Amino acid sequence: MNVGFLHSVIRFEEKKLLEAFRAKQGINIIMLDDRKLVFDLESVPLIDVAFERCVSHSRAVCSLQFLELAGVPCINRAEVAKVCGDKIETSIRLAQCDIPQPQLRVAYTDESALEAIEELGYPVVLKPAIGSWGRLLSKINDRSAAETVLEHKRLLGSYQHSIFYIQEYVEKRGRDIRTFVVGDECIAAIYRTSTHWITNTARGAVAANCPITNEIAEISLAAADAVGGGILAIDLFESDRGMLVNEVNYTMEFRNSIAPTGVDIPARMVDFVVNHQT
Amino acid sequence: MAAECPVCVNAIDFEDDTIVGELLACPFCGTELEVVNLDPPTLEVAPELDEDWGQ
Repeated sequence: MNVGFLHSVIRFEEKKLLEAFRAKQGINIIMLDDRKLVFDLESVPLIDVAFERCVSHSRAVCSLQFLELAGVPCINRAEVAKVCGDKIETSIRLAQCDIPQPQLRVAYTDESALEAIEELGYPVVLKPAIGSWGRLLSKINDRSAAETVLEHKRLLGSYQHSIFYIQEYVEKRGRDIRTFVVGDECIAAIYRTSTHWITNTARGAVAANCPITNEIAEISLAAADAVGGGILAIDLFESDRGMLVNEVNYTMEFRNSIAPTGVDIPARMVDFVVNHQT
Repeated sequence: MAAECPVCVNAIDFEDDTIVGELLACPFCGTELEVVNLDPPTLEVAPELDEDWGQ
């Protein structure tokens, strides 16, 4: 079996995944570095399945679309990447499936965004719709901060930053939950704890094992299903209204999650990719 | 097998399982580097973070 490994740089995650592939018999890895790829509308790459691990959302979606055009099964599918990489699309899919999530407002001008923020009530969180690792998130505590951040985003950012994604601030008691879904199973979960309101491990949050309750498994699988399924990481908030889905990630990172959970996450991902084709 | 850090020019040893594309931090100056060749061992400064990077 020829597995196309679509990637940019090789991080801890990609190295572990490559090791897991190489531990299997009959797997031939074909490295697809997105910096070297050229696509056209006719070529059919000699791979049986493509596994996407790009750091760039735009390149991931574009490459997956071309690979699918050539008839290559992809994990995750282009549509899944497109939905998960854009928080607005993710929120819409979750809403279509009645999956609980923080309250959301989307607005296009400073004035309408300010109106939406005041209606939601302070504090609120402003997020870029695309990209992250916890970057460019703003917790807005009052009107003067709102006016300043909205103006800065409009004047200093690209057009995408003028589509204001405004989320209710959820008091999450210093932690959130990240779950790992592979196919139809929630294989692991971690608590991400931080004294900072941003609880991404990329921003210094500490990971610890989170027992997978029925509630956690059910909402994680429902969220994964809502965006199209595959290999997905779901971020959950524990709120007074119960579990809320904050984000769904399609190129999941797990460097801080193998040790606390004891789950060989890359091996489980690789099993899914290999069995997906056969 | 060792490569030169393109920033501080110190020699950095590669592990036996080092692969092309792998990121590593220079143990001397801390710069994030990318392995671009194994023979000869070559390092470049890793790509800058772009706006649409992340999960």
